[in-house]
Amino acid sequence: MKHEIIISGFGGQGVLSMGKILAYAGLMEGKEVSWMPAYGPEQRGGTANVTVIVSDDPISSPILSSYDTAIVLNQPSLDKFQAKVKPEGDLIFDCFNIIERPTRTDITSYEMTAMETAAEQNMMKCFNMFVLGGLLKLHPIVSVENVMKALRKTLPERHHNLLPMNEQAILKGMEIIRAI
Amino acid sequence: MTNENDILLLKGNEAIAHAAIRCGCDGYFGYPITPQSEVLETLAELKPWETTGMVVVQAESEVASINMLYGGGGTGKKVMTSSSSPGVALMQEGIAYMAGAEVPGLIVNVQRGGPGLGTIQPSQSDYNQATRGGGNGDYNIIVLAPNSVQEMADFVDLSFELAFKYRIPAMILSDGVIGQMMEKVVLPPYKPRRTEEEIGRDCPWASNGIGLKKRGSQCITSLELDPAIMEKRNLHLQEKYRQIQENEVRYQTSQTEDAEYLIVAFGSAARISQKAIEIARARGEKVGLFRPITLWPFPQKEIREYAERVKGILVVEINAGQMVYDVKYCVEGKIPVRQFGRLGGIVPDPDEILNALDELKKQS
Repeated sequence: MKHEIIISGFGGQGVLSMGKILAYAGLMEGKEVSWMPAYGPEQRGGTANVTVIVSDDPISSPILSSYDTAIVLNQPSLDKFQAKVKPEGDLIFDCFNIIERPTRTDITSYEMTAMETAAEQNMMKCFNMFVLGGLLKLHPIVSVENVMKALRKTLPERHHNLLPMNEQAILKGMEIIRAI
Repeated sequence: MTNENDILLLKGNEAIAHAAIRCGCDGYFGYPITPQSEVLETLAELKPWETTGMVVVQAESEVASINMLYGGGGTGKKVMTSSSSPGVALMQEGIAYMAGAEVPGLIVNVQRGGPGLGTIQPSQSDYNQATRGGGNGDYNIIVLAPNSVQEMADFVDLSFELAFKYRIPAMILSDGVIGQMMEKVVLPPYKPRRTEEEIGRDCPWASNGIGLKKRGSQCITSLELDPAIMEKRNLHLQEKYRQIQENEVRYQTSQTEDAEYLIVAFGSAARISQKAIEIARARGEKVGLFRPITLWPFPQKEIREYAERVKGILVVEINAGQMVYDVKYCVEGKIPVRQFGRLGGIVPDPDEILNALDELKKQS
């Protein structure tokens, strides 16, 4: 098994930390992982993206030309990465920031209402975990149990009271993803 | 058996910091610069001065850092600094002094694009500076090029070992990709810092007041005004460099047994090239990878041998063509050699490397 993912959105949406938690969960399952962020001006506002690879075998390049799955959380990200999804790959987007929807027909596109749901449930801090839930519903690359372990490892202890809310967000995220 | 707590998901820069503490480093002196600031940040977080006694100083500049290294190394301490390209440019005078005075030490360069302040994005354009000395005079330093977070961790101890074995500065030449990416890393076991007595025993040259037999024997300097003595000293350095070239070449090959074409690449470029080779192999193309691990000493003999076996060589490096001259020197015009790289902080992707490979095939 090897899954090559790009996660892209606005700075502050939790793109990098979502990738980190996914990679950490992969590590917990004994898999090979890599996490390669765009660390430039992007990180200082504007768009942010991270390439995450989870694999049974050693990973060659942390930088890729095309992806199995693209998760795009704003319009510029959709415009940039739609073309880089492998044929028969998947594109996941959140409806909130998207005006022009995906056009490719040789890939499967999935929409989520993560931003809307997170706002409704007053769980905006966990927006990225809703999205991660959607991904895991589609591709159970790692178990929710290991994601929770990864969260426990990566979140500072003072935030551990937020762990149940994160789990709830992941499970809810699994419900709100649908193919278009 | 590796302890579960020793297996972590770390950035390359963070791995350097963890490894430094664990391999008994005595002191770190550095100044923040993207994309390597996590080295100093991680050290500040781990507070090694409370555990191993390792000193961590945020110096006032890169020039100060390298001169602290000169002083610390002169007393036989395992000392290091880290920076990125413009900062390492500032250190060149100090590195030349260390080379001239035969002071060991570790310099980590997490390269970014240049020239000048350039960009904060990854690059490998300091290859020439690193492998040709960089400062004034006839000298070389040992240059190791890690291609993973694991090697970032492993090369810290290796660099110190080589630096002290040969009394020479050693450099880890990394880049923004390896520094910023996170991967699984197994950290090395803890090794205690050397005691003053151990330093006195292992480094009789060290100017630390221990093992002092006669006055003057511990004078460490790169200055010598008598040309006859200075020439001798230079010849001694050259002889040392020859020994290093003979004994310390390190490289790795992958899928070269039946290869018709060879990609030569180091560090992050080697990782991306490996992916390109995976794709090429799936199409039935016989391509292999040669990855120099020591950029100086360069694996000349080995490249020379491949020049007799393959139809052409593609050198992939994230610069405008620097290592390609070392490869061409070894190939001696026997087969076509092409170079491919991106500039200004843009990292090539596997597809671009495949296109360059196709161009090479047309040429040979």
